Amino acid sequence: MIDPVVFFFLLGVLARLAKSDLRLPEALYEALSIYLLLAIGLKGGTQLAQHPLAAVLPQALAAIALGATIPLLLFPLLVRWGGLTRPDAASIAAHYGSVSVVTFAVGLSVLAQRNLTAEPHMPLLVALMEAPGIVTGIVLARIGAARRIAWGALAHEVVFGKSVLLLLGGLAIGALAGPGGLEPVEPLFVDLFKGVLALFLLEMGLVAGARVGDLKRAGPFLVAFGIFAPLALGALGAAVGWAIGLSVGGTALLATLAASASYIAAPTAMRIAVPEANPALSIGVALGVTFPFNITVGIPIYLQYARWLGG
Amino acid sequence: MRTHPKTLLVIVAEAALEKTLIRDARAFGAHGYTITDVRGGGERGEREAAWEADRSIEMKVICDDAVAERLAAHVLANYAPNYALTLFTAAVGVFRPQKF
Repeated sequence: MIDPVVFFFLLGVLARLAKSDLRLPEALYEALSIYLLLAIGLKGGTQLAQHPLAAVLPQALAAIALGATIPLLLFPLLVRWGGLTRPDAASIAAHYGSVSVVTFAVGLSVLAQRNLTAEPHMPLLVALMEAPGIVTGIVLARIGAARRIAWGALAHEVVFGKSVLLLLGGLAIGALAGPGGLEPVEPLFVDLFKGVLALFLLEMGLVAGARVGDLKRAGPFLVAFGIFAPLALGALGAAVGWAIGLSVGGTALLATLAASASYIAAPTAMRIAVPEANPALSIGVALGVTFPFNITVGIPIYLQYARWLGG
Repeated sequence: MRTHPKTLLVIVAEAALEKTLIRDARAFGAHGYTITDVRGGGERGEREAAWEADRSIEMKVICDDAVAERLAAHVLANYAPNYALTLFTAAVGVFRPQKF
């Protein structure tokens, strides 16, 4: 059964394709994304307060390694089979190495709908997996190139970029407040979560629908890549999740993260670090193919991967 | 009231360049700038400002002609090959020349 929030996304795509005048104000988009990032962090943080942090460390390291490895796997495929230039291949690989928080939010929603729980520190893994794939992608693009990379400015862009800042900030506030401490703000950050996610997905539908033109330019290879790469990466993520001892819910979420492609942190970072890469290709495939695929078809498949492994 | 001739340099660019452009403008001797969020389209497609990677800015710098020329040459050489970018200048009159 498809989670009803996904229908909001499809409505957005339909509105866009039908050239409707529906347009969410940018300020609302911004506000909704801040809300989602904080809410995910806070919820994880309150539960994290009850867990020893040392137990989380090996899983955190595994998640970072997973994010950093994914571009290395995709880059040769994109160059050899896709015939893409080094900057384009590296940029696309970086988008897939990094993660999509909204895809993760839909994953949380799917788990809740099926009464499954996941480890409370999963939002921490989301924050940790934002940057490593981007770094690997930039290094791949820059090997052999003369231009120096301004790592300081990039590190600032990623670490203090809103997604990592709000996820980690939410986790910290939640952990400091403890389980009962956030009760006063729960009506906003917990009860309204799904409604806000639905509204955000409506906007994402409008944005994704606008990328259809990019796909025509990207060609059939990238469209196929946008579907098969997440299926394979989801399997890899599930295998890693199982190996590091995550629950079925946690494994499904790690698979979802591995399969997802970033569209907030990665496009900005790659635009600054690898300007010669064509953003229409990476954003077209990440947002036009993989994001819709993951939230409609992918996440239930990744959950199935997790169930097979978890017995 | 008497006005003094200055050059208005307008740079319309991807928002990803904002911090870099501000740094460049200061480094090349501009005393100030104004930035607004804008939408538009061109040979690189439509930019609708719907989300992070889709934002564009318009930067206005009023300065001496020589500063505008050096800044424009730098921007064209470094960013025009890879970024959606439009530049133009106009002659303007200002009331307080020491400000620019």
